[in-house]
Amino acid sequence: MSTRTLTIILFLVFVAATLAITVWASRQTRNATDYYAGGRSFSGFQNGMAIGGDYMSAASFLGIAGIIALNGYDGFLYSIGFLVAWLVALLLVAELLRNAGRYTMADVLAFRMRQVPVRTAAAVSTVTVSIFYLLAQMVGAGALVALLLGIKPGATFLGMDATAAKIATIVMIGALMIIYVVVGGMKGTTYVQIVKAFMLMVGAALMTVLVLAAYKFNLSDLLGDAATKSGKGDAFLNPGSVYGKEVAGNALQTFYNKVDLLSLGIALVLGTAGLPHILIRFYTVPTAKTARRSVLWAIGIIGTFYLFTLALGFGAAAMVGGQAIRTQNPGGNTAAPQLADALGRRFFGGEFGGSAFLAVIAAVAFATILAVVAGLTLASSSSIAHDFYANVVKKGTATERQEVVTARVAALVIGGISILLGIVARNLNVAFLVALAFAIAASGNLPAILYSLFWKRFTTQGATWAIYAGIGSAVLLVFFSPVVSGSATAMFPASDWHWFPLSNPGIISIPVGFIAGWLGTILSREKADEKKYAEMEVRAMTGAGAH
Amino acid sequence: MAPDPYVETQGSAEFAGLRKTLRGFIFPMTAAFFIWYALYVVMSAYARDFMSIKLFGHINVALVFGLLQFVTTFLIAWLYERFSTRKIDPTAERIRERIENGPTPARVEEAVTK
Repeated sequence: MSTRTLTIILFLVFVAATLAITVWASRQTRNATDYYAGGRSFSGFQNGMAIGGDYMSAASFLGIAGIIALNGYDGFLYSIGFLVAWLVALLLVAELLRNAGRYTMADVLAFRMRQVPVRTAAAVSTVTVSIFYLLAQMVGAGALVALLLGIKPGATFLGMDATAAKIATIVMIGALMIIYVVVGGMKGTTYVQIVKAFMLMVGAALMTVLVLAAYKFNLSDLLGDAATKSGKGDAFLNPGSVYGKEVAGNALQTFYNKVDLLSLGIALVLGTAGLPHILIRFYTVPTAKTARRSVLWAIGIIGTFYLFTLALGFGAAAMVGGQAIRTQNPGGNTAAPQLADALGRRFFGGEFGGSAFLAVIAAVAFATILAVVAGLTLASSSSIAHDFYANVVKKGTATERQEVVTARVAALVIGGISILLGIVARNLNVAFLVALAFAIAASGNLPAILYSLFWKRFTTQGATWAIYAGIGSAVLLVFFSPVVSGSATAMFPASDWHWFPLSNPGIISIPVGFIAGWLGTILSREKADEKKYAEMEVRAMTGAGAH
Repeated sequence: MAPDPYVETQGSAEFAGLRKTLRGFIFPMTAAFFIWYALYVVMSAYARDFMSIKLFGHINVALVFGLLQFVTTFLIAWLYERFSTRKIDPTAERIRERIENGPTPARVEEAVTK
């Protein structure tokens, strides 16, 4: 049996199982709380797994392994930033948000504000962040399928060439995610996340053990071999080969590169607690204490996984080699599956073992992507229905039924849009795209959330200014950065309209978001609603009157 | 008009104490991990020679520093769990029950403060 057949069979098994769960979950979904928050019935461990499932995306599994495999140590920065970021969520956000809110991030932002402007702003930012993040997942899926189906330029599969197959995959992934969300709602999506997190952890753990076994459990030997095979020697193990690169004789470029590294570092650590699809996970548990438990579980699961990325990345560098990875995918997104192939050949008996293990890991990667895109679609469609439709358009007069129907239609539309965008942006590095989503979340959502929870005087104007200035400056700076135009790896390499020197906007746009929120508040003519703040603060800290 | 139970609670000494205890932990801890993480990022950018020092075999300062970030993250998560279970949950629970079922908050607050 060939790899492609086996992968397709395994993936179909996953799809069949998750669809069955989805249909089952849809029968349990009777009201809005079921659809948006899974009936708030999940345990701390279940939600911790689901958070892991939502968070450990294609960027983590394929992207980080790829960056480490191609560039060495620098990729590890992502693993560290993505993990440390959870402390912001744990200490400052998770429990307070759980108690104060109901279905979406905006429930907290709009608690003591005028509903229409704040909910509109929150819906805009939720959709923006989610679309960037979705894009990254779609790109990962496209890269994967070319490897999986063994399609080299010129070859065909079911009469499709590589490009057609990539597009077909993106369409298929998009269609499946729409089904999960529309049919299963939060309950179905959460179970899909849990199954996926389990598969991913088992798969990554197995690969890690095999990589280490190949080096007799001597990490130093693995690193040494990876460094030698990379052709870069010790530089491969030191920071600085991609981020904060020192350009000889160009002090200005060196300065920009180093600031870019700081910018990336800040965006990674502050982004997580502003990601709408992560925030709504805290509503799926009954109490703030369970929300805390679920974050603790998530930190354990996610931290362990990011330790595995070291072995996966350096293992791919040592056992597959940078050249072979670049040939398959210039962004490095296929390093982990290629490593699975190499490990399978070595440990499970030659050609067939390689194909079989590759098939397993590829199916895991597809499951990963599918679960994350479902979470993102759910977050953005919930926000459109609950924030924009129910509270802005209908001014709170919509029935639960109307709201849920709107959420399902919105999921369909968001799904369609992300399929189209995914097709356009097929060849970018996945981890990098996610870093942009983090920068936008950290600039727009995080300031608004923190001010809402902790600053008594914060006003409607402060909230809208923070969100619009934060996401506006982040998106604008990215548009005029070397990522979009004016460099060989840009989205539009042939044109050049860039003037902003950094790839990651965080170091500018995050302070812009915070300052705008502060300015908007002190320049407000209206005073903060003290009674509402009392209700929110007491509810957030004690759970009194929480949904 | 009956006094708003949330406003009453917010003004109570017990709630103020709870807020002080909570903020006294989460704000300094946030500052601590953020500075510690920032130090790692800044050194990755500007202290390359130090980060490249090999400690044993091919394992260098950069790798150990990175792994220490994992250790501190796990440690802070554990400390916070211990802190909130002991210092926050009992008081928060008491206040919540009083608002949701108890007698008028005003009298209880008085009793607690005195």
